Amino acid sequence: MTTVDVAVVGGGIVGCAVARELSGRRLTVALLEARGDIGDVTSKANTAILHTGFDAAPGTLESRLVRRGYDLLWAYAGPAGIPVERVGAVLVAWDDEQLAALPRLRAKAVANGYEHGALIDAADVYRRLPQLGAGALGGLVIPDESIVCSWTSALAFATEAVHRGASLLLRHRVTAIEAGTNTTVLRTDRGDVTARWVVNAAGLGADILDRLLGHDRFTVVPRRGELIVFDKLARPLVDHIVLPVPTARGKGVLVSPTIYGNVMLGPTSQNIADRTDTATTGTGLEFLLATGRALMPRLLDEEVTATYAGLRAATEHDDYVVDVDPAQRYVLLGGIRSTGLTASMALAEHVVELLAEQGVDVSRRDDLPPVPRMPNVGEAFLRPFADAERIAADPEYGRLVCFCERVSRGEVRDALTSTIPPGDLDGLRRRTRVLMGRCQGFYCGAEVSRLLGAAAAAEGG
Amino acid sequence: MTPIGRSVDVVVVGAGPAGLTAARALARDRSVLVLDREVEAGGIPRHSDHLGYGVRDLWRVTSGPAYARRLVASALEAGAEIATETAVTGWAGERTLEVTSPRGRTTVTGGAVLLATGARERPRPARLVPGDRPAGVLTTGLLQNLVHGLHVSPGRRAVVVGAELVSWSAVLTLRRAGCTTVLMTTEHDRGESYAAFRGPARLALRVPVATRTAVVRVVGRDRVEGVELHNLRTGRRAMVECDTVVFTGDWIPDHELVRLGGIDLDPATKGPRVDPALRTSRPGVFAAGNLVHPVDTADVAALDGRHVADHVRQWLDTGTAPGTGARIVALDPFRWVAPSLLTPGSPAPARRRLLLWADGPRPTPRVVARQDGREVGRRTLPWPVAPGRVFRVPWSLLDDADPRGGDVTIGLR
Repeated sequence: MTTVDVAVVGGGIVGCAVARELSGRRLTVALLEARGDIGDVTSKANTAILHTGFDAAPGTLESRLVRRGYDLLWAYAGPAGIPVERVGAVLVAWDDEQLAALPRLRAKAVANGYEHGALIDAADVYRRLPQLGAGALGGLVIPDESIVCSWTSALAFATEAVHRGASLLLRHRVTAIEAGTNTTVLRTDRGDVTARWVVNAAGLGADILDRLLGHDRFTVVPRRGELIVFDKLARPLVDHIVLPVPTARGKGVLVSPTIYGNVMLGPTSQNIADRTDTATTGTGLEFLLATGRALMPRLLDEEVTATYAGLRAATEHDDYVVDVDPAQRYVLLGGIRSTGLTASMALAEHVVELLAEQGVDVSRRDDLPPVPRMPNVGEAFLRPFADAERIAADPEYGRLVCFCERVSRGEVRDALTSTIPPGDLDGLRRRTRVLMGRCQGFYCGAEVSRLLGAAAAAEGG
Repeated sequence: MTPIGRSVDVVVVGAGPAGLTAARALARDRSVLVLDREVEAGGIPRHSDHLGYGVRDLWRVTSGPAYARRLVASALEAGAEIATETAVTGWAGERTLEVTSPRGRTTVTGGAVLLATGARERPRPARLVPGDRPAGVLTTGLLQNLVHGLHVSPGRRAVVVGAELVSWSAVLTLRRAGCTTVLMTTEHDRGESYAAFRGPARLALRVPVATRTAVVRVVGRDRVEGVELHNLRTGRRAMVECDTVVFTGDWIPDHELVRLGGIDLDPATKGPRVDPALRTSRPGVFAAGNLVHPVDTADVAALDGRHVADHVRQWLDTGTAPGTGARIVALDPFRWVAPSLLTPGSPAPARRRLLLWADGPRPTPRVVARQDGREVGRRTLPWPVAPGRVFRVPWSLLDDADPRGGDVTIGLR
């Protein structure tokens, strides 16, 4: 392979955003991902909330980038077709300590540049959240907290990067790095990649990659968060994100609508040693159910559609660990925890600034392809099964293959022939919602497997 | 806006045993349109490729696929129209449904609507079984689709969670696909299924059954490597190696249309609350089959379909709805009873039986019905109560219950 200007290591939401941004400049870009799909680790298992940044630590890089990223992603979501809903959040105080904390949180929001937080009394809390469990004392409303499809976001970034000419190198796990005087060689299990600059967006592995370059400045401690997703029939119970008031005892558990029309309860928060251990636990699920029962008793009457666990890339630092090493021509984006989804586009913008400071030519290209229009998987927007005109034009959009999530054969076909097709059932699920629903494949699992298998066979794979 | 489509006398949602049998009975003198989202009509029996179907309704023993074909043929012969690949996604009016198919997005309106959407097994997440999320975790429904529809072998060594009728059906399917069932587990004191399966099947299939045992964890990153068992008697935990786990039974009605329509739900069955005429709380909307009793055998669902036809016809002719009545409530050890509403002037239910589902066994059950503080009926029945199968009680138990009174409870002495 020829030498690229920038190699971005890590195809999560942050790496995809960086690759997209850099490929819009006069730079050649390679995006290296160890796994078989983008967004396949931390980015696929988060709470998918687009944060205003109201509760960040004021003055931090994280605060600034979350605030900026929120605006950037909202602006990008429209043309790219990324589903996003401004459902708003209510922080609910359940005891006097939490109630006393609300005005401080509102002041903190202002310090973070967010002015629209409003204190409300208990009656107002129950007016907004009639199904909330008994005992709420008051709340703080953050009207701009939103929910977003994190998978579509990562996919849109990566798709646009590829359309702009970036090389997407899946299954390229970096095993060693040699930084020379003008270029750096990244040794991967699929051959070498040579680049002038390296951006480390390796998420849970960012510290390992950093050490390969001889640094020792942070350690990722995977923080496992278990989540329970309830049936779509539960969705009328919750119209806003219900946030706990952060206290000294931790951040707590939230209840939120999801962009797919479900209700989510979680996450737990547990530091673990194994960076690949995304198993759910009996104690974790029991804790969530007990918490959920107090938060919203009727939620527990509804069926559970899915349980899963994600790992956040927590570090010993209170802020993102972002740094440039000019000698190694190396940019570190470390410790990008759960706010990384919101901050992703701002982080990409930040990388451009950092490269510009180092004299890299980051002038914009004037020959960019249009923003890709992603298929809508958001429940609040018109989906193909309900689109009479679209079905009339192409009957495959009326031929449902996944009944629970109402996914048509046309959408599966589109995903399988898209710029970045899925490599497995999980990837197809993320792109279309197949198998995401309440039956978990009872009805359609075999047929979906057949469609994926037929596509793989046609590829000779 | 959804374009407005056609109107018929009766719309049936679901072309399984209940829906097809009702369609056949009604199509003789009414226009009947059966909607089914699958490519092929016939319902769940299509993929249950073993004997045991048709005993009570067709008076013969046949395989699931042959039974399904026969029901489809009979409905068509009687003049019913069956639209497959046609998914009902919601309501556009009292008896108007929103429908998606390759032929378009439209509505279908019925003078009457019969919901016969059946039931499915709860998959692993709904059972909150923790652990890894590898490939190789199935339900019986998915297993049978894979094996009979796709001719895919699920694996080599399977653990089957459950030891009821459907669980043995899963074992048969696994065996056909060359996968050995190394263990069946049940949280009950003994595996339960019909005698036809129990003795001979256990011998012939040589499957050990771990009783009082729960599967509490799935292990394996990419593919299942094993499951962790919890012995409920001793509290001990143990691992069993396997590459496939099949979660069987634990049925939940496919009640989405009931919920979306705001039709009264029975919290015990989680299906619509119906009276003995299988009428729901919405006038002209009926429900039959395993949507109402999750689950009984296919032939019993089919006989529901035959039963409901007369009442659908009566509604079409007279437009009278039942109004309110007394709820019928199941007491421990029973989980649910169907039908669960006693309405004034209502007929007897299908086969003159109340259906109940029990969570624990009772060898010599004495069934008692009470209402407003007094006993209104009792029966000592010669057949046992057993978990994992329907317990049938003669409807005459409720002969003295008052449809205008309070809740009628059914329990054991």
